[in-house]
Amino acid sequence: MRRISEAFNRSKKVFIPFVTCGDPDLDTTKAIVREMAANGADIIELGIPFSDPTAEGPVIQEANIRALSNNITTDDVMDMVAELRNDVDVALVFMTYANVVFSYGIERFVSRCAEIGIDGIILPDVPFEEKREFDDVCQKYQVDFISMIAPTSEDRIDMIAREARGFIYVVSSLGVTGERSQINGDIASLVDRVRLNTDVPCAVGFGISTPAQAAQMAGISDGAIVGSAIVRMIAKYGKNAPAEVGRYVKSMKEAY
Amino acid sequence: MEAVNGRFGIHGGQYIPETLMNAVKELENAYNHYKNDPQFNAELTELLNEYANRPSRLYYAKKMSEDLGGAKIYLKREDLNHTGAHKINNVLGQALLAKKMGKTRLIAETGAGQHGVATATAAALMGMECVVFMGEEDTKRQALNVYRMRLLGAEVIPVTSGTATLKDAVSEAMREWTNRIDDTHYCLGSVMGPHPFPTIVRDFQAVISKEIKEQIMEKEGRLPDAVIACVGGGSNAIGTFYNFIEDEGVRLIGCEAAGRGIDTYETAATVNTGTVGIFHGMKSYFCQNEYGQIAPVYSISAGLDYPGVGPEHAYLHDIGRAEYVPVTDDEAVKAFEYLSRTEGIIPAIESSHAIAYAMKLAPQMDSEQIIVVTVSGRGDKDCAAIARYRGEDIYA
Repeated sequence: MRRISEAFNRSKKVFIPFVTCGDPDLDTTKAIVREMAANGADIIELGIPFSDPTAEGPVIQEANIRALSNNITTDDVMDMVAELRNDVDVALVFMTYANVVFSYGIERFVSRCAEIGIDGIILPDVPFEEKREFDDVCQKYQVDFISMIAPTSEDRIDMIAREARGFIYVVSSLGVTGERSQINGDIASLVDRVRLNTDVPCAVGFGISTPAQAAQMAGISDGAIVGSAIVRMIAKYGKNAPAEVGRYVKSMKEAY
Repeated sequence: MEAVNGRFGIHGGQYIPETLMNAVKELENAYNHYKNDPQFNAELTELLNEYANRPSRLYYAKKMSEDLGGAKIYLKREDLNHTGAHKINNVLGQALLAKKMGKTRLIAETGAGQHGVATATAAALMGMECVVFMGEEDTKRQALNVYRMRLLGAEVIPVTSGTATLKDAVSEAMREWTNRIDDTHYCLGSVMGPHPFPTIVRDFQAVISKEIKEQIMEKEGRLPDAVIACVGGGSNAIGTFYNFIEDEGVRLIGCEAAGRGIDTYETAATVNTGTVGIFHGMKSYFCQNEYGQIAPVYSISAGLDYPGVGPEHAYLHDIGRAEYVPVTDDEAVKAFEYLSRTEGIIPAIESSHAIAYAMKLAPQMDSEQIIVVTVSGRGDKDCAAIARYRGEDIYA
């Protein structure tokens, strides 16, 4: 929670890379997180694998399957984060699905997050109308429940923005996660409308893969989020991915 | 019962990406407007009666009743509807609603293919574009229905992710809806998914129990002692139950697909083996592991091969109003063969689960008592698969 606001205060324009935990194995995930942090990542999004990730495109769906086929559990991911926190101080947020949190027990999940140093939680299948059940517990343990805004949100932006914490995840495009050659939505006006309602910063995700896209999105908001492009790299390089991911994070951060 | 804020007790809700929230709100507003619109209802009734062949018959299965030696068994013949199943009731309602909303494209998921065929049919009739998502495994089990959908002008997209069955077809249809919302209505086929779908689909299927009630009063002068239907997501079951929920003397019995048995992992009996979870837009019962990973369920029936159940069923179970019983593949196949030989009616393998339970229950009841079983669909589509189950390849 504290680390998220510090990240935005320190960097003004943040870079948020994503990784699916346990793909291809947890040791590689740990090495990737350390490389991301060392190369300038301001916040790192850690995906807890789910069997049926309905907001994801094929690249991240496959990463979830690879992780689950190694029998990675929510407890394994929690233990990994606890270990990383010995030497990693960058802000960490979990990205997973409602059922992963609900089945663990919402309070048990969030209290464990607070204990191991997780700063926020992103659940793409929990919209404003359903967030109370999760957000109340998050507030109790001072973990930020991250709100999302989409190109279709329109009149919903005001109410979402007014209750947002940590940062607002602005979804750049319709559809699921995945790299896009062009991002066409009018993201600047989404961000403007958010800013009429809150000082909570906005980071843009979905479709971003190149340094130029990241710079453009960070230019009209407070940061850029990149998932599929990194996950594709991990699928390609496997255990040798950490150094590649590190170089990529550095190039993205330098483009700002 | 009516959903309060989209909830049936603790179940239901709208657990979907923000991208879809305005679309489901728009749908809810349109539905609330048109459901009380006399012209909309007149058009829908015309379609149901003249095009889909409603009302469906309530047939007294005399030979079956006498053979089993217990309760009188009536069959609600949804298999005689146009396209061969109850699915058309909901699809005509949703397609008409989508058309009124200005949508020009229908997308749908399908398991056995009956909902896909019904959606393709309505799209052809109403001049709409149609795309159906179907698990690749199911496109093999139900090749005839794939051909029917294509013949009707729909595009069928085989889904290869996950277990390549109904669950994955729903996920893929949801993904497609987030990708293209403006001109597209997601014509969901069961009483599941985010609010308002469980309510809309139930209302369009409630015609089944409305007719049963009128027909049984006319034939017997009293209500049945039990109504029985198969449950996957639960649309024909909720249609069969709905107008009897307030009649406490009527037992409501939903038959779940137990696959190879509820003590095995090869089952799809959600209420019997599942726990509360959140998936596909709703809170309800799901087959899942302790970490909330959705289980790869199994049933011989593609239409019941789903790891969840509609939220209203979850609620009816919680309050003890409806009973949900497991029926194995083997029992369903025997019932499929039994009804064919005894009454000359070939039921869908899904509906055969309900027939199988009626065969168990009827002999325990006396001859003054009445059971109504909904035959949700016809079994032509299943003949090749059942032959295979019996070790015979009819296309060899």
